[in-house]
Amino acid sequence: MIRTPLRPLARILEARAKGENPDSIERENRRLRHEAMRDKARNRAEGRLLLLGLSFFLAFSVIGARMGLLASTQPMEPRAAATGAEILNQRGDITDRAGRILATNLLTHSLYAHPHDMVDPVRVARELAGIFPELKEEDLVKRFTDGRRFLWIRKKLSPEQMQQVHDIGDPGLLFGPREMRLYPNGRLAAHVLGGASFGAEGVHSAEVIGTAGIEKALDARLRDPAMAGEPLALSIDLTIQAAITEVLGAGKTMMNAKGAAAILMEARSGEILAMASLPDFDPNDRPAPLVEKTADPGDSPLFNRAVQGVYELGSTFKIFTVAQAMELGLVNAQTLVDANAPMRWGRFLIKEFRNHNYGPLLTATDVIVKSSNVGTARLALQIGGLRQQAFLKSLGFFDPTPVELIEAPYARPLVPAKWPEITTITTSYGHGLAASPMHLAAAYGAIANGGIMVRPTLVHQENRPQGERAMRPEVARDSLSMLRQVVTRGTASYGDVVGYEVAGKTGTADKPNPRGGYHHDKVVNTFAAIFPASDPQYVLIVTLDEPVETSGPQPRRTAGYTAVPVAAEIIRRTAPLLGLRPKVEAPAVDRVTAVRN
Amino acid sequence: MRPVLYVLTFLAVMSLAFWAYRENYATQQALKDVSSLNREIASLREALSVQRAEWAYLNRPDRLRELAALNFDRLGLLPLEAAQFGTPAQVSYPPDPLQVLEPQDLRPGDISGEVGEPL
Repeated sequence: MIRTPLRPLARILEARAKGENPDSIERENRRLRHEAMRDKARNRAEGRLLLLGLSFFLAFSVIGARMGLLASTQPMEPRAAATGAEILNQRGDITDRAGRILATNLLTHSLYAHPHDMVDPVRVARELAGIFPELKEEDLVKRFTDGRRFLWIRKKLSPEQMQQVHDIGDPGLLFGPREMRLYPNGRLAAHVLGGASFGAEGVHSAEVIGTAGIEKALDARLRDPAMAGEPLALSIDLTIQAAITEVLGAGKTMMNAKGAAAILMEARSGEILAMASLPDFDPNDRPAPLVEKTADPGDSPLFNRAVQGVYELGSTFKIFTVAQAMELGLVNAQTLVDANAPMRWGRFLIKEFRNHNYGPLLTATDVIVKSSNVGTARLALQIGGLRQQAFLKSLGFFDPTPVELIEAPYARPLVPAKWPEITTITTSYGHGLAASPMHLAAAYGAIANGGIMVRPTLVHQENRPQGERAMRPEVARDSLSMLRQVVTRGTASYGDVVGYEVAGKTGTADKPNPRGGYHHDKVVNTFAAIFPASDPQYVLIVTLDEPVETSGPQPRRTAGYTAVPVAAEIIRRTAPLLGLRPKVEAPAVDRVTAVRN
Repeated sequence: MRPVLYVLTFLAVMSLAFWAYRENYATQQALKDVSSLNREIASLREALSVQRAEWAYLNRPDRLRELAALNFDRLGLLPLEAAQFGTPAQVSYPPDPLQVLEPQDLRPGDISGEVGEPL
C-alpha cells in the first residue's frame, strides 16, 4: 500500500509561495486519512453484523419452521413403542389379604349441558326432572335460560338413566366419561376404607380422590400411575371382618349400646385382620358430617370408634402397672400387695367396685384377677410417676397410633398435663389418661408378643422389622398368665371359650360429662383379650359405648356382663375361621372308625 | 452383453420398488392391527374390571349370608365351629378292594391254551 505523505513537498512549496499556512495541508491530509480508516472499520463491522443477523435469522427460521410443522400435524401416540400398552385404572384397587376386592373403579358417565345448543330447554327440564327426582324443573329451566353456556347436571349416571337421557334426544345434553369408585361390599369395613369423591373435574375425565380412611391416608400410593396396576392389599380379612361385624352388631343390639367397636390384630405382625365400628355407613354414599356445633362427633356414623374413640379405658390398664412393677423387680406374681380398701390419699378416697374390700393383702396376680384399684394404686406409688409415664410412653399411650388412616393422627390420647401422685394413682387403673381401642390393641400386642412392641398396621406385608422391647419375656409370660386367670376365675368368666384359652382384662369407665364430672349411668365397657394363651396369636379389643344389660333384676353395666360375652362370641365365631385348632379334645364324632386293620 | 445387464438392472429396480411398496403397506396394516388390538385389549380389560366388580358385588358377605339363610332347607349351612376340626385319625380307611378267596385245587381241564398265553 502506498502511503500518502502528510506534507507533500510540491504542495507545501506551492502554499509557501502563495503565503498560505502549510500546516492546513497537513491537517487536511490527516483528516482524509482518518476518514478512510473510519470507513474501512465501519464496513467491516457492518459486514459482521450482517453475518450475525443472517445466522440468527436462519436459526429462528429453523425453529419457527419446526414449530409450525409440529403445530400443523395431528398428534399421534408413538405406536410402535406401544406394544405393552394397557389402559390402566386411574386409581389402584384395594383388596383384602386374600385378594378379594374391597374397592375398585367402574366406568360411568356424567351429564352436562350446553344450553345454547338446546332445541327446547323447557321440555328438557321437564323430562330431566322426571328421570331424576332430586332435580327441580323450575330450577333447571332457570339455569338453562339465564345465558350460561355450560352447566353440570349429574356427576354419575347409571346405564339405565343414561339411556333415558339419550331418549330425550336433545343435542344440548352431553355425556362425559367418569371413573367411579365402587365398594362392592357396602357397609363392610366402611371406616377402614373411608370413601372417595371427585377432585378436579373436566368434561373428559375427573380425578378420583380419597376423602377419608385409608383412601385418603394412602391417596398418593393409590393414585401413583406406576403402581396403578397392582392393587393395594390390606391386612383386613373379608370373612373375619364380616363375621365380627355381624356378631358385634348383634351384641350392640342385645346390650342396648349406643355404639360398638372391635379390633382383631395379629399379635406377631401387628396386622389388623378386622376393624369394625358401629354404627357404620355405606362408603358408596358417604353421609355428610354433622354440622351443628353442639353435636357430639361420636354420634355420627362416620366416627370410627376403634381409632377416634378416645376414652378412659378403665381397668384394662391395670395389667400395665403390674407388668411394670414386675419389670422393675418390685414384685413377682406371688408377692403380697397391700389392698386394704378404701385407701385415703390426701383428700381423695380410692375405693373398689361397689365398695368391696379385697384386702387386706392380695397377691399381685389377684390384684389383676379381682381388679383391685387399691392394690394397683399401691404398686403405682412404688413405681413412681416418672417411671410410669416412661413405660406408658414406650407402649405408645402418649402419641397417636401409626395406623394408616387419615383419622389416626388427629386422635391424640388425652394425657394429663401435670402428673401429681393422684394422677399416678388414677392412671394406674385407667382413669385420667384417655386413649383409643387401637392404642390398647398395640399395648396388649406387646404382652402377647413376648414383650416386643408391635406396630398396628392395615397394610398386608411380609417380613416386618421387629419392634422395640417394652418388657422382658418372663414379664410378658407372667402378665399373660394373670390375664388368663382373669378369665378362668376372675371378672371375665363369660369369656372362657372352650378350646381357645382366652386371656384378657375387663375395663369399665364412666363417661365424662361435658358439663364436668362423670355420668353415673353412662359407661364405656372394654374387653381386651389375647388368645390362645399358650401360644398367643391374636389380640381382640371389644368396646361397647353406653351398654346396659337388662336381663337381670337390675341393669348391669360392667364389662364382664356386656363386652365379655360379645367378645367370647366373636372368638367362638372367628377362631375356627382363622384356622385355629381348639386345644382341648373336640366332642366325639358320631361314629368311631377303626384306624388300624 | 450390456443390454442384458441393463434389462436385468431395470427388472431388479422394478422388483425392489414393488417389494418396498408392498412392505410399506404391510407395515401400515400391521400398525393398524396393533392399534386395533390395543383398543380391544383396553375394552376387554375394562370389561374384566367390570366383571371383577360384579363378582365381588355378588359375593359380598351380606348377600351370601342371606342366600345361606334362604336355602337353609336344602344346604343346611351353619357357621364353622371349633368342634368341626378333626384329626387325621378320624378319617376312616377305605374298604379293602382285594377279595381273598379260599384256596382251591385246580383240575387239569381248567388250564388250557398254549405256553405264553394268559390263563
